Amino acid sequence: MKATVRRLFRVFVTHGIKMISLLLAVSAISFVLVSASPVDPVQQYLLGLGTAVSPEQRAEIEDYWGVHQPPAERYFSWLTELLHGNLGESSIYRRPVAEVIGERFLNSLALMLCAWLLSGIIGFALGCVMGMYRSKWPDKLLKKICYILSSVPTFWLGLLLLLVFGVWLRLFPIGFSSPVGVLSRDVTVWQKLYHLILPALTLSLMSFSNIALHTRRKLIDVLSSEYVLFAKARGEGPWTILRRHGLRNILLPALTLQFASFAELFGGSVMAENVFSYPGLGSAVSAAGLQGDVPLLLGITLFSALFVCVGNLIADLLYGVIDPQIQEVGE
Amino acid sequence: MEPKNEALLEIQNLSVSFRMYEHGLEQKDLKVISDLNLTVFPGEIVAIAGSSGSGKSLLASAILGILPDNAALRGHFYYKGRELTEKRQKQLRGTELALVPQSVAYLDPLMKIGAQADGHYRPRLTEKRNSLFERFHLPKHTQRLYPFQLSGGMARRVLVSTALLTDARLIIADEPTPGMSLDQALEALKMFREMADEGRSVILITHDIDLAFEVADRVAVFYAGTTVETAPASDFKAGPRALRHPYSKALWRALPQNGFEPIPGFQPYAGSLPKGCLFAPRCPFKTAQCENQLPPVRRLRGGEVRCYYGS
Repeated sequence: MKATVRRLFRVFVTHGIKMISLLLAVSAISFVLVSASPVDPVQQYLLGLGTAVSPEQRAEIEDYWGVHQPPAERYFSWLTELLHGNLGESSIYRRPVAEVIGERFLNSLALMLCAWLLSGIIGFALGCVMGMYRSKWPDKLLKKICYILSSVPTFWLGLLLLLVFGVWLRLFPIGFSSPVGVLSRDVTVWQKLYHLILPALTLSLMSFSNIALHTRRKLIDVLSSEYVLFAKARGEGPWTILRRHGLRNILLPALTLQFASFAELFGGSVMAENVFSYPGLGSAVSAAGLQGDVPLLLGITLFSALFVCVGNLIADLLYGVIDPQIQEVGE
Repeated sequence: MEPKNEALLEIQNLSVSFRMYEHGLEQKDLKVISDLNLTVFPGEIVAIAGSSGSGKSLLASAILGILPDNAALRGHFYYKGRELTEKRQKQLRGTELALVPQSVAYLDPLMKIGAQADGHYRPRLTEKRNSLFERFHLPKHTQRLYPFQLSGGMARRVLVSTALLTDARLIIADEPTPGMSLDQALEALKMFREMADEGRSVILITHDIDLAFEVADRVAVFYAGTTVETAPASDFKAGPRALRHPYSKALWRALPQNGFEPIPGFQPYAGSLPKGCLFAPRCPFKTAQCENQLPPVRRLRGGEVRCYYGS
């Protein structure tokens, strides 16, 4: 027990250092990229104001923002503000970036969590079925479906679902996170969930094939191992083998893969949220990109890097908790 | 040959072949065991001795009915006088037929030893396992360990105990001694002797011929997927004069303590077996008949030999 705590502490420290250096690198690179891009933050800010500004006023703003300072100095002043929790103000939403991210992220989190659970459970179950029926028709059929789904672009799949279930069958709403014309305080949880189903389904359909195919491969490896041969020799039937040895040995890689898929999940959510006009982080990032909202864009970039890092950290920690062989090494 | 009542297991004309694909879609059957005969009586240890790659381990899988899907099997098994069908194999695996596998790789890496030794049958045999572990000098905490935490000797004793926990009448031990010190090997073989003395039968698959002579009652010499000679272990101790087949004699002479004399040639590859006697290409006494026709099994001086001229 004490050893486990010590190990977890060490993992936290090493991963903490890694994460901080990675975030620094991400901030530096994205700052350089934005500086090199033709987007002019001052111009975008003035556009957002909606009023005419005289050249003198503009020069004053530029001075205030430090446009004429050298890039390194600008970067460090930005970074200092960042460390004080000030991510700046979004020029399209006219609100602090931290606030926008917080609100949008809650919507996205609901969406991504649903999609993540759905794809994890479906993917794992289908992977087990494919592995157990290796080279028989259920395996062949499911494998083809997986290949098709993993090669289909998310936005196309989203449009297809929208067309079939939203427009033709009218089973689900065609967009947004709540019904149109209802005050946000009157929206019920069920209405929110109802609006969540299609985007979550789109997102999970695009990511479950990955986990299903990996689980299948891993299960096949396990089933052709020597310890499964011995289990057969001891009279265990195929389903007993799956229960006693299969699940135990394939759960770990599947979980790792699932937590490491945060990056793809985030990338997919940008597409899915745009198709379904869902007000999450993904639609905010594309809006910020298209309308040159630099503070929001940088804020979301850093936030998504943090998000993906946390996913990988959880995967690493889980590995140590579940796999006795790794626990031992830590001791 | 009629199946005898007193034999526990009788194998008649067993052949195992694999379907392989050569050069794309060209199918080829690889015969790894050909026309093998073997009888095992209750309470005896039969050693199956042969060099690596002679198909010994597949024989264990064939008896248990756990050959890979691409393997085809011909011939008959009789267990306690009745034909051992696939259905019966399934019923008897883990209850009356038990395997002692080669290495720790045959244990689930993520399952604790206790649960693994108990197996999946209910009720759990925890009580029996505790006393057995004690007898094998396995410390009490062994049950909470994972396979990777075991020493080689401990793993071996755990593997043997999985077989002893069942009421198996026939135990097939596949190469139980490699990687063990002489003491450990003797200890393991002593355990098999004890099993046999309790009335169980043991098939000991090994390439360690010396140890096979020491512990077994009878030794079957395996060559290129078949038994060329079955003889009492005492004949092997007595020397080449007591043996029947030229390969057994050559094997005896090739042992370090008996002259260390090799014979030229190689064991034929499963894909290119000779037409007649499998040993003919290396046999100094071969005739035209040997090269054209596989010799039948003959009874000779209390043993069996697959040779026209064995004496």
